[in-house]
Amino acid sequence: MDLHVIWFILIAVLFSGFFFLEGFDYGVGTLLPFLGKNDAERRAIINTIGPVWDANEVWMITAGGAIFAAFPQWYATLFSGFYLALFLMLLALILRGVSFEYRSKKEDLGWRQAWDWAIFFGSFTPALLWGVAIANLIRGVPIDAHMQYTGTFWTLLNPYGLLGGIAAVAIFIMHGANFLNIKLEGELAERARGVANLWWWVAVVAVVLFVYGLFVYTGYTSKGFLAILVPLIAALALLAVRFLEGSARFWSGAVAIILAVVSVFIGLFPNVMPSTLNPDWSLTIYNASASDYTLGVMTVVALIFTPLVLLYQGWTYWVFRGRVRVGEGGY
Amino acid sequence: MTEVALARLQFATTTTFHFFFVPLTLGLAILVAVMETLYVTRGDEKYKRMTKFWGHLFLINFAIGVATGLVQEFQFGMNWSEYSRFMGDIFGVPLAIEALLAFFMESTFIGVWVFSWDKLPKNLHAALIWLVALGSNLSAFWILAANSFMQHPTGYTIQNGRAVLTSFGAVATNPNVFFQFGHVFFAGLSTAAFVIMAVSAWHLLRNHEVPEFASSMKIGVIAALIGSVLVATVGHFQTQYLIHEQPMKFAAMEAVWEDTGSPAPWSLFAIIDENRQENPVNIEIPYLGSLLSYNKFSGSITGMKTIQKEYEAKYGPGNYIPPVKWTYWSFRVMVTIGGLMLLLALWGLALWGRFETSRAFLVSAIWMAASPFIANSTGWWVAEIGRQPWIVQGLLKTADAVTPGSVVPASMVLLTLVGFNLLYLVLGIIDLGLMIKFAQRSMAESAEEEGALVY
Ligand code: HDD
Ligand code: HEM
Ligand code: HEM
Repeated sequence: MDLHVIWFILIAVLFSGFFFLEGFDYGVGTLLPFLGKNDAERRAIINTIGPVWDANEVWMITAGGAIFAAFPQWYATLFSGFYLALFLMLLALILRGVSFEYRSKKEDLGWRQAWDWAIFFGSFTPALLWGVAIANLIRGVPIDAHMQYTGTFWTLLNPYGLLGGIAAVAIFIMHGANFLNIKLEGELAERARGVANLWWWVAVVAVVLFVYGLFVYTGYTSKGFLAILVPLIAALALLAVRFLEGSARFWSGAVAIILAVVSVFIGLFPNVMPSTLNPDWSLTIYNASASDYTLGVMTVVALIFTPLVLLYQGWTYWVFRGRVRVGEGGY
Repeated sequence: MTEVALARLQFATTTTFHFFFVPLTLGLAILVAVMETLYVTRGDEKYKRMTKFWGHLFLINFAIGVATGLVQEFQFGMNWSEYSRFMGDIFGVPLAIEALLAFFMESTFIGVWVFSWDKLPKNLHAALIWLVALGSNLSAFWILAANSFMQHPTGYTIQNGRAVLTSFGAVATNPNVFFQFGHVFFAGLSTAAFVIMAVSAWHLLRNHEVPEFASSMKIGVIAALIGSVLVATVGHFQTQYLIHEQPMKFAAMEAVWEDTGSPAPWSLFAIIDENRQENPVNIEIPYLGSLLSYNKFSGSITGMKTIQKEYEAKYGPGNYIPPVKWTYWSFRVMVTIGGLMLLLALWGLALWGRFETSRAFLVSAIWMAASPFIANSTGWWVAEIGRQPWIVQGLLKTADAVTPGSVVPASMVLLTLVGFNLLYLVLGIIDLGLMIKFAQRSMAESAEEEGALVY
C-alpha cells in the first residue's frame, strides 16, 4: 500500500486511541467537582485515572509528533491556523497536568477545591476545543494557495464547530461516567451511572446532528458502502449504551467513539485539511506529506514500537483492574 | 517588538522554563532507582524510606516537566510554521520517535510505580523506576538529536527549498548529539546530586534522621563527583568540536573580534562593546586559550570579524555575529559553576562519612543547590543564542522561520507570550513552595503514606 495512506491510517489510529483513552479521563475530570460530594469521594474519583492519565495524554503528544513527521505541512497549517484555540487548550492542559500532583500536597480544603476546579477546567476545555477543531476539519477552513490559514479564531466558532464541541463534551462525559461506574463502588458508582444516562441524551442528539454534517460537508455517501457501515455501527453502539450494564456499557461507548473518529477520517480522505476557498488548495495526504524516505523510516519505527506500547499499556490496566474504594488511600 | 522578536522571546522563556525542571528529572530518576535497588538488594528499610522521600520530590518536579513539555511539542507549529515546513521531513522524525519510544515508556511506568508499592513484587517495582529513568534519558537523547541537526545538519539534501531527509542513520548518529547528550546527561546527574546534597545538609544541620540523610549525602557526593568531572570533560571536548563546526559561536563565547596570535590567551573578564566590535577592557590569562582549544600551548583563535567576512562571501550580505555579551557571559557563568561544583564534590569526598562535623560544608551545600539550575539555563543560552542568526546552522535563518504575520500577527504572539509566562510564574512559585515544604519533611512522615503515594 501507498505509504501516504498508511500514515493517514496510523494517525487515525492515534486519534482513536487518544479519544477513547483520554476521552474518559476528560469526562472524569469534568465530572469531578460535581460528582464527588466530599474530599474522600473526589480522591477516589481521581484515583480511578491516577495511574493512567499521563500515559493516555501521550497519545495526543504522539499524534502531534506523528503529524509533524508524516505531514509537516498539515502540522504547520493546523497549529499556526488554530493558534488561539491551541493556546487555550495548552493552558488548560498545563493546569490539569500539575493539578493531579499538587492537590493532595496540602490538607487545606480550599487548596484542594481550587485544584479540583483546575482539573475541571483542564478537562472540559480540551474536550470542547478538540470537538470544535475536528468539526472544522470536516467543514473545511479558509486556506489560501500557499497553504496558509486565512481565517481567525472566530472563524472556528461557527455553528457546526460549536456543535462538534458540544458533541465531544457530551460523549466524553458519558464515557467518563461509564468508566467511573465500573471503577467505583456502591452509591457513588450508581450516581455515575445516572449521570451517564442523563448525558447520553445530549450525546445522541449532538452526535446525530454532527454525523449529518459529516455527510453533507464531505460528500460521505460517495465513499462506498463499507464507509457508510462505520458511522452506522458507531450510532448503534451509542444507542446500545443506554440498554447495557457494567463493562459492556463502557465498551459499547468506546466502540462508538473509536468508530466516530474512524468515520471522520474516512470523510476527510484523501484530504487532511480541506480548503473552503478552493478545493485545489486543500491539504492532502500527498501535498502535505514528508518524503517517501521519511515515511518509510517512520513506518518501520511505528511497526516496532506501537505493539510494544499497546502491550505495556494494556498491562497497566491489568495491574489496576478492580474497583477503587472511597476512603482507601488509593490503590 | 516584531513578530520574530516576540516569537524568540516566547521560545526562550518557555523552553528555559521546561528545561529548568527537566535535568532534575533526568538525574533524580536514576538516583531514586539506585536507592530502591539498594533497598531490594540489602533489604534495609532505611533505603525504602529514602526512596519514598526522594521519590516525592521527584514527582512534584516531574509533574511540571510534563505539563510544560506540552507547549514544546506544539509551539513549532504555532510560532515557527515556516521552520516546520522547511524542516518537517527531518525534525518530525526524532520528535515522533521521542513520543512513541520515550514518553509512553516513562509516563506509563511512572503511573504504575506510584500506585503499586503494595501490588507488585519488590524487584518488579524497582525495575519500573529504572524504566522511568531509561525513558526520560531516551527522551533527552531524541530531542537532542533534533536539536543537533539544527547545530550541525547531517543526512539531508535541499529539494524545492526544503530540507529532505536522506539518511536517518546520519541524523541519529550526528557527532554533535553525542557531545550534547553526554553533557546533558551528566548535567542532569549533577543537578540531582546537588539537590540531594543540599536537602540532606539541611537535615543534617538539624540532626534529623542522621543515618538516612548521611546515606543520602553519600549517594549525592558520589553522583556529584561523577557528574561534575564528566560534565566538564564532555564540555571541554564539546567546545573543541564547536571550534570546527560553529567557529562563530566559539569566537562569540570568547569575545574574540580579531584573530588572535599563537598562543592565544583566555579572557577572564571583558567589557564588550558590540557596536564598535571591540572589548574596551579585557583581562586575559596567557596560553590558556590555546590550551583549552587545542590541548597544547600554541594555536590561534579566529576572530568574529574574519568569520563575518567569510560568511558574507558564502551566504550573502547580512550580520552573522550573534549577541556577543549574552554568549560570552552565559558561557563564563556555566564554567564557573562547573568549577565550584567540582570543589564542593571534592570537599564532600574529603569529609566522607563525617559530613556532620563540618558546618561550613553543610551550609555551602545548601547554598550551592541553585547553581546547577543556573548552569543548565546558561548552557542552553550559549548553544542557542550563540547560533544566531541561524535557526538551522547555515540553512535557515531565524527571521525566515517564523509563522507569517498574516496568519499569526504580533499581537497574538504577545498575548500567548504573556499568557504562558504568567501561568508559568504562578506554577513556578507554587512548585518551589511545595518542593521546599516536602524537602523539609521527615523521611518517617513521607514513608507513613503507606501503600501508595496518593493523590
Ligand atoms: C550542571 C550544568 C552544567 C555545567 C556545570 C556545565 N555545563 Fe556546559 N551546558 C550545560 C550544562 C552544564 C547544558 C544545559 O546541558 C548545555 C546546553 C546545551 C548542551 O548540550 O548542554 C550546555 C552547553 C554547553 C556548550 C554549548 C554547546 C553547543 O553549543 O552545542 C559548551 C561549549 C559547554 N556547555 C561547555 C562546558 C564546559 C567547558 C563546562 C566546564 C565546566 C561546562 N559546560 C559546564
Ligand atoms: C531545553 C533546553 C533548551 C533551552 C533552555 C533552549 C533555549 C533557547 C533560547 C534561550 C533560545 C533563544 C535564542 C535567541 O533568540 O537568541 C532558543 C531558541 C530556539 N531553540 Fe532552543 N533551547 C533548548 C532546547 C532546544 C531544543 C531541544 C530545540 C529543538 C529540538 C530547540 C530549538 C530552538 C528553536 C526552534 C528556537 C527558536 C529560534 C531562535 O530564537 O533561535 N531548542 N532556545
Ligand atoms: C524543544 C524541544 C522539546 C520538546 C518538543 C519537548 C517535549 C516534551 C513533552 C511533550 C513532554 C511531556 C511528556 C509527557 O506528557 O509525559 C516533555 C517532558 C520532558 N522532556 Fe521535554 N521537550 C523539549 C525539550 C527537552 C529537552 C532539551 C530535554 C532534555 C534534554 C527534555 C526532556 C524531557 C523530560 C525528561 C521530560 C519529563 C517528563 C516526561 O517526559 O514525561 N525535553 N517534553
